[in-house]
Amino acid sequence: METLTNTAPAAPATEERPLLDMRDVEITFQGSNGPVKAVRGANLTVMPGETVAIVGESGSGKSTMALAAMGLLAKNGKVTSGQILFDGRDLAQATEKEYQAVRGDQIGMVPQDPMSNLNPVWKIGFQVKETLRANGLGGKDIDGKVAEVLTEAGLPDAERRAKQYPHEFSGGMRQRALISIGLACRPRLLIADEPTSALDVTVQRQILDHLDGMTAELGTAVLFITHDLGLAAERAEKVVVMYKGQVVESGPALELLRNPQHPYTQRLIASAPSLSSRRLAGGTTGETVAADDNVIEVEHLTKVFKIRDKGFRKTEFTAVDDLSFAVKRGTTTAIVGESGSGKSTVAKMVLNLLEPTSGTIRFDGEDMGRLSEKELFRFRRRVQPIFQDPYGSLDPMYSIFRTIEQPLKVHGIGDAKSRQNRVRELLEQVSMPASTMHRFPNELSGGQRQRIAIARALALEPEVIICDEAVSALDVLVQAQVLNLLNELQENLGLTYLFITHDLAVVRQIADNVVVMQNGQLIESGTTDQIFAAPESAYTANLLDSIPGGQLLV
Amino acid sequence: MLMYMLRRLLQMLPVFFGATLLVYFLVFATPGDPIAALSGGKPMSPNVEAALRAQYNLDQPFWIQYGLYLKNLLTLDLGVSFSGQPVADELARAFPVTARLAVLALVFETVFGVLFGLIAGLRRGRFFDSSVLVLSLVVIAVPTFVLGFIFQYVFGVELGWARPTVGSGAPWGDLIMPGVVLGLVSFAYVLRLTRTSVAENMNADFVRTATAKGLSRSRVVRVHILRNSLIPVVTFLGADLGMLMGGAIVTEGVFNIPGVGSLLFDAILKGETPTVVAVVSVLVLVFVLANLLVDLLYALLDPRIRYA
Repeated sequence: METLTNTAPAAPATEERPLLDMRDVEITFQGSNGPVKAVRGANLTVMPGETVAIVGESGSGKSTMALAAMGLLAKNGKVTSGQILFDGRDLAQATEKEYQAVRGDQIGMVPQDPMSNLNPVWKIGFQVKETLRANGLGGKDIDGKVAEVLTEAGLPDAERRAKQYPHEFSGGMRQRALISIGLACRPRLLIADEPTSALDVTVQRQILDHLDGMTAELGTAVLFITHDLGLAAERAEKVVVMYKGQVVESGPALELLRNPQHPYTQRLIASAPSLSSRRLAGGTTGETVAADDNVIEVEHLTKVFKIRDKGFRKTEFTAVDDLSFAVKRGTTTAIVGESGSGKSTVAKMVLNLLEPTSGTIRFDGEDMGRLSEKELFRFRRRVQPIFQDPYGSLDPMYSIFRTIEQPLKVHGIGDAKSRQNRVRELLEQVSMPASTMHRFPNELSGGQRQRIAIARALALEPEVIICDEAVSALDVLVQAQVLNLLNELQENLGLTYLFITHDLAVVRQIADNVVVMQNGQLIESGTTDQIFAAPESAYTANLLDSIPGGQLLV
Repeated sequence: MLMYMLRRLLQMLPVFFGATLLVYFLVFATPGDPIAALSGGKPMSPNVEAALRAQYNLDQPFWIQYGLYLKNLLTLDLGVSFSGQPVADELARAFPVTARLAVLALVFETVFGVLFGLIAGLRRGRFFDSSVLVLSLVVIAVPTFVLGFIFQYVFGVELGWARPTVGSGAPWGDLIMPGVVLGLVSFAYVLRLTRTSVAENMNADFVRTATAKGLSRSRVVRVHILRNSLIPVVTFLGADLGMLMGGAIVTEGVFNIPGVGSLLFDAILKGETPTVVAVVSVLVLVFVLANLLVDLLYALLDPRIRYA
């Protein structure tokens, strides 16, 4: 490892020149409706070896700032005024060639989505290798070096894995590969753009810990971009809050967290799920409900998938293994676990979209496995889903009216006029103006789309709503709004929620009961308070520890 | 992989039999009596006529005719044309000519289509892009025979760069201009496909990451944009090879090339069932094999695709 370290360790504190100094930066995009200023007069400094986090919601300009520092703005974007001083040199008007010299060995990048940031047609090793070569670190034994940087990033068995393609890697493994690419040439500044937002909490923590360790050891400065204030406070020395293209507040992380000045920062802190430790007010608690009024009872539920192996052999994979739990009427039960724990498979079976291999699911006392076609159709009215991706779950060719009206039409409820009134009423329930019904999904934001999905789910007046990661894809502020909405609806309509999520911070806000799953098996279940106060299993404790910022304010 | 290829080759059998049966039936059902046409409308002695009918099995019902044809096919006997030539010989003469023509067209459309498409995709909305797009639209809109006559007149007659018609033996040099004409429409499609694909890949996350690694622009384009953009193009080219062989009829007519197209055209006019079926069957085989080749090439370009 020594041989690769070609930069000096962190500069001594006496040298006060910032490594990255962005002054009065203004970035303009040429849109089809004229120029749009994405960043307006923003300032930012990163000292050598320091970790600085930019926090803000989507569209706040935080990624744009970081990309501008590397000269990676989209073609229609330009730095229209201000300076981007890197090590004293202004990069704002640098040519492509000059940027090329800086990228890789001076400024490295770890991108957000590990699924789309590796080229699917080249082997991992190749993609690391070309990074080293492009920055003049080729030399002999380049394969050895590739294995070395991959090992550093925490990739086990690196020599063999370097010969694999990205699709043979899990999300966490891919992100490790991307980290090794970002740090391969020992840059002095690493730009980490939401490096773990797409990963499970536990994996997220491992990867961030590893990244912390590596950058500390190499003396790399880090510009960390995140929408999660808790994460920022935990990982960075300094936090910069951006809102609508402007820096609204900046300062030492903990100070900013404890004593926010700007109203936006205050709102951000108030709605950050990782920082709040209470159930949202208004929700029912387990005590007010009759103890035995279970709307869903799952017993010994098992799902085995047959996976095609090499040739004609098939192997069996048990996605859900002998799972039992019950959901009380009018309460919220959360199923928690990492990806691959089988929680979404459970949701699909409860929705009757997937047939269990064995075990029973009783809805209101009725065994769903025995329902006839007709009964099943009636059952569908009573249980409705909300899915994770508000972009994929609405048909882009359907107007909002048609989207919400469709379940009513399918089930033959009312005539055209009464249906229109109902759609209006539903939009009102999810706090959307009635005029929305003539619009199309692409005209709405992610949070608005999720509201439409909720309205559609409510159309048939269901008793149970299954939320499969319903807020995971949303920004913190929007997430808080949607959670509040769900909570209100529960109070007003007496809904029962089955909440599938990997995010324990969300669970604490909305759930009354928790079911923890791992590898298809039940680890433990109980009331939210019990689980959070005294988790019985090490697995749950580990999940709880992984909530970013969890230890900061308690 | 081997299993996959075997399965694909087995799949060719029903395709082959289906195609021959269909074509045989179509020619059988075509109105007009081939023997009467052969004599040019003049009266023929009943004996001769009966002998001719027997020779070509025309006195038998359809199923017997087709059965006899298949039986001969198994012994690699493709039958005899009305002019007394074995069909196999005629195919052997015409096929290489058309194959050469199709290869030239394919090379032309691939090289220039991908090159122009790449440049247009990288410079979307700029002058080169817009002019190439308009040009490709013109090429797609104008029928091939018109393009053929224009090329023949401009390059062959006026400028004298190429021979306006193809000489005997159809040497490679003479086939270049017809090859370009034949590949022109597909060239426009390849260009547009590459352009869209490149423009899409340019905005891919992994391309931005590649740039962030410090790679040069040309390396990003070659290694990360071009290869990924070629995947849909390869699919098109495979399907197109078959189209080129079949579509050569018009081009062969314009440039007077003694290829499969003219052979097929004459045979259809004369109602020569054995020749028509033989030519079409060969074309079907070429088409199916080309598609197999594409699927294998696909796996080579995109490691996510594995055949088992």
